Amino acid sequence: MSAADKLLDVQHVTVEFHIGGIVGGSLLVAVNDISFSLDEDRPEIFTLAGESGSGKTTLSRLILHDLDPTRGKVLFEGRDLATIKKRSEFKEFMKKVQPVFQNPFETFSPLRKVDAYLFDTALNFGMAPDRRAAAEVVDDALRNVGLSLEEVSNRYPHELSGGQTQRASVARALISQPRLILADEPVSMVDASLRMEIVNLFRELRDKQKVSIIYITHDLATAYYISDRIGIMLRGYIVESGPVDDILDRPFHPYTKLLIESVPEPAPKERESWAKHISLGTTEAKEYGRVGCKFAGRCPQVMDICREADPPDVQVDRRLVKCYLYTEHARQASPGEQK
Amino acid sequence: MALLSVKNLCAYYQFEMYGISRTVRAIDGVSFELYPNEIYGVAGESSCGKTTLIKVISGNIKPPLKINSGSIDYQFGSYNVDMLTVSKEEMRRNVRWKQISYVMQGSMSVLNPVRKIIKTFEDIVDTHEPIKDKKKFLQEATAHVNRLGLPTEVLNSYPHQLSGGMRQRVAIALATVFQPRLILADEPTTALDVVVQRGVLQMLKDIQAMSSNTVLLVTHDMAVHANVANRVMIMYAGRIAEEAPTEIIFNAPLHPYTQHLIRSLPMIGERSNKASLRGTPPNLANPPSGCRFHERCPDVMDICRTEVPEMATVRGQHRVACHLVKESSL
Repeated sequence: MSAADKLLDVQHVTVEFHIGGIVGGSLLVAVNDISFSLDEDRPEIFTLAGESGSGKTTLSRLILHDLDPTRGKVLFEGRDLATIKKRSEFKEFMKKVQPVFQNPFETFSPLRKVDAYLFDTALNFGMAPDRRAAAEVVDDALRNVGLSLEEVSNRYPHELSGGQTQRASVARALISQPRLILADEPVSMVDASLRMEIVNLFRELRDKQKVSIIYITHDLATAYYISDRIGIMLRGYIVESGPVDDILDRPFHPYTKLLIESVPEPAPKERESWAKHISLGTTEAKEYGRVGCKFAGRCPQVMDICREADPPDVQVDRRLVKCYLYTEHARQASPGEQK
Repeated sequence: MALLSVKNLCAYYQFEMYGISRTVRAIDGVSFELYPNEIYGVAGESSCGKTTLIKVISGNIKPPLKINSGSIDYQFGSYNVDMLTVSKEEMRRNVRWKQISYVMQGSMSVLNPVRKIIKTFEDIVDTHEPIKDKKKFLQEATAHVNRLGLPTEVLNSYPHQLSGGMRQRVAIALATVFQPRLILADEPTTALDVVVQRGVLQMLKDIQAMSSNTVLLVTHDMAVHANVANRVMIMYAGRIAEEAPTEIIFNAPLHPYTQHLIRSLPMIGERSNKASLRGTPPNLANPPSGCRFHERCPDVMDICRTEVPEMATVRGQHRVACHLVKESSL
């Protein structure tokens, strides 16, 4: 498939941060050789899941062109984001890629009315020539998320509920009619009874508005509920990616297995297996600095080779998994030991 | 014998400003008991009064929070404490941290960022029981940390050097130095991801099993209650909606709010449509009349709009406040 058929094409991106003083200090690789893409003509929800500190947010900053990669390229509609320099070009790009953030009460300033943001967005992006026309654009966007301008106008963020505010922030993102929405933990601050409201909304946007969504979360249960494909991140790598049913129903990578096992089942009958002891990393810096597979320190199936070099990406059916267990090496080294 | 019995507790936030007074009825007529050797879960949305409940039963009652009526009685073996009359000095010396300790949501704010963990241990222990022998204290602290499965080097680290999960476990270790009878845990794992959450909750469970004390676990995450709690209380808008052993709450809930909460939980391996509740949580400064859930309830009846449903015991430890239940059992 050529690059032109991709909406978003992330090619081998790496981001390195220098931490510590001017002299000395160390290098932290926050995103390490990550590649994935979204198709142009098939809107989908792609989930990036992983623990805190796994590089999810750094990756999202790359896609929003808020940060340039140290190595590699991010292409949007076939164009390298690094070549976007002019203000007008950046604005065009922003129209097509919009973010939704974690905490709806931080998205909107408590001192400004919610609809002011919506009008500003409509006028700044040139979606309407004047305020009256903008009202229509804003109302359309609000109706797409199950609100209306009447409900929101002249209200401050604290006068709306958490669910309503988060829906208003999705509406704000929809005003410029984007092709891609990047939602960074959009439900983790929302109450349980309203969480499904937001998640259902994303599903609807994909099906009706044909918007692709990158859903960043550590909540695997909602990820399973709405997404088509998923990428599991660990310390800067995507360790396993593919269709969500394949990955979450039959995980291959030991880390994915641990993640899924750790999701508490909302049913008391699973208590015993969940209470099985696991080992946790003591410090984050230790795992980032590890040579070879970053999970080697906690992996129950660790082999010698895991501590020596980065595991390669292995294609197994429809998924990619970054683990020595599935390489030729493992099959030759221990035939019969694999279950 | 109950460790804690709370009867008819009403705790309001009362504001008085420029002649306008405003009352937020955060806890309104709550009665329950905690027993030794159990994990008691409290669930509910934000602003339903969970944190106020913890504040009140831990004796952290400062204006504008006031207790309007009700009682809070503790029985620590032969030592009884009435939370409404106990003196500050008595609280500091004998109750706080010795009998009741508190694990908070953001462990970052508990630990002093410019002091090593061992110094924070020292500060806390010294407040309640002056340290005479430093060496012995160090030995005891090390033994305590090791008993909880944490590496010794944790004590000599600064908070920023530890991962989020390790910090939260250190906060739990700090809360358990005196082997308290009751541990109040307010959303101890909400900011953490699933793997770390599992590790932290396992540690909390281990501690509870080791010293057979009581843990009051507050979280809005029902899945956590399913895996950790023995009994669960569901709060809605400052009142108890339902209270029952965990199995019953999940398998046979009676209150429409509980039923909705359980039904809307997403699960891996199942993708049926999950609906959300209509409406928004009520404003506690001006709560709805009658049952506070009636505006959002799918099974609302006329009586719900006017009359507050009484707490009724269905069977054994299962209590529920809903007109529907009374109707059907009569």
